[in-house]
Amino acid sequence: MDTVFGFVGKDFALVATDCGVAYSIMRFSDTEDKIMAVDDNKLFAMGGEIGDRLNFGEYIQKNIHLYTFRTGIKLNVREAANYTRSELAYAIRNGPYQVNLLIGGFDEEGPSLYWLDYLGTLQKLTRGAHGYGAYFVSGLLDNWFKPDLTLDEGIELVKKCINEVQTRFLMSQKNFVVKIVTKDGIRVI
Amino acid sequence: LMEEMIFFFFQAEDGIRDFCLSRGLGDVYKRQVVSTQSTWGFEFRFNKREVKRATMDYVEELNKIMRKTKGEEEENLDLLLKETPLIKFEWAPMRDPSMLIPQLKSAKGPEKRIADFLRGTTTLGFRFQGGIIIAVDSRASMGSFISDESVRKILEINSELLGTMAGGAADCQYWERYLGMLCRLYHLRNGHKVSVAAASKILANILYQYRGYGLSVGTMIAGWDRNGPSLYLLDGEGLRIKGDVFSVGSGSTFAYGVLDSHYRKDLTVEEAVDLGVRAIYHATHRDAGSGGVCRGENFL
Repeated sequence: MDTVFGFVGKDFALVATDCGVAYSIMRFSDTEDKIMAVDDNKLFAMGGEIGDRLNFGEYIQKNIHLYTFRTGIKLNVREAANYTRSELAYAIRNGPYQVNLLIGGFDEEGPSLYWLDYLGTLQKLTRGAHGYGAYFVSGLLDNWFKPDLTLDEGIELVKKCINEVQTRFLMSQKNFVVKIVTKDGIRVI
Repeated sequence: LMEEMIFFFFQAEDGIRDFCLSRGLGDVYKRQVVSTQSTWGFEFRFNKREVKRATMDYVEELNKIMRKTKGEEEENLDLLLKETPLIKFEWAPMRDPSMLIPQLKSAKGPEKRIADFLRGTTTLGFRFQGGIIIAVDSRASMGSFISDESVRKILEINSELLGTMAGGAADCQYWERYLGMLCRLYHLRNGHKVSVAAASKILANILYQYRGYGLSVGTMIAGWDRNGPSLYLLDGEGLRIKGDVFSVGSGSTFAYGVLDSHYRKDLTVEEAVDLGVRAIYHATHRDAGSGGVCRGENFL
């Protein structure tokens, strides 16, 4: 099960996922990057069925690029999130994409985080999580989160969350990848 | 050479100069348009006057395509995908053929066993400094009965790509063969060989299209291209991951144990071959679904 979580700070949005790819009782890989950079200011952190995750992520990414090529308008985070939600909702009744995502981005409205479900739920949040790890991390995020986190405080919080998941979750999740979006673009931590 | 091939289709009728009443045999061949839809979408009329011109056009088109620069790869790939020969399957004779496998699986009676694809196999592959080693067992099992002890589970997609077979044999063989055809077309159109990443992506997309239809494919695509050796794991569900060490099949867990404990990036070729053989041996010892002989191939 993929662990995906993220939150919003003063001038950055941060998302993190684990790196494991599992199949029945085996782990195939521990170096899978599940955060996709859709534009230079949006991060799609995805969890769920791997075939759907790969294909849906690329599908959304290419469609957003196509929109930019066709119209010259770069979508901001809110618009991209709504477009993704509409694609998910359209597919519900005919083979839903089993993908849950967190979209973190930074645009003219500041840093933002959107929580999307495989059924097409969309909610703008300051902190959110998906997967079994969400059960462990949500309490932590609620406890330690405050409105204007600096980058260092944010990194501390991420470390706490990762630690918690590794300690208490049944499946071992050795590696995590953490990415942030600031006004200067995307960075891997 | 081209002209000889086309002349083969000519009937004697065309050479007759005198007027004579047709006996009814030749009428059917008069002015018959024998057209062939080649992958470049030309239609040829096999009529004496037009043959020479059609041949020249055909050869010219071929040359044009061969001379296309690398920058037009995207266009060619698009062309490739649009004009790939249609595959026609016979669907199961039911109202909703895609529900065949799920219905069989949830059946109560003897028909349940039809859809019981047992992955009785062990295949493994790993990448090391000298290249890639692929090792497989050779047993095919049907339930508790061994049907064949000498199956070939490594499929040559082309001279630089290998695929392994785990899951349903028919699915793996067919789609990897189809992939081989697409790779060859790509090579002919673009003048350079397709990369392993692209080839595995093509197959992964095909498998993703058929997800939910019961395709049972657990294959590794290994190859050597411009970026060196690469190993990809593909699945019937749409999985596609690049990695260094993979094992698929019912005996894969046993093989992983041996592989993980001895694997190093800097193995020598002999050590790597020995590791592959040893991992298969241990898997066949413990797993009932694997056995026979160990076959291996390597890219060096």
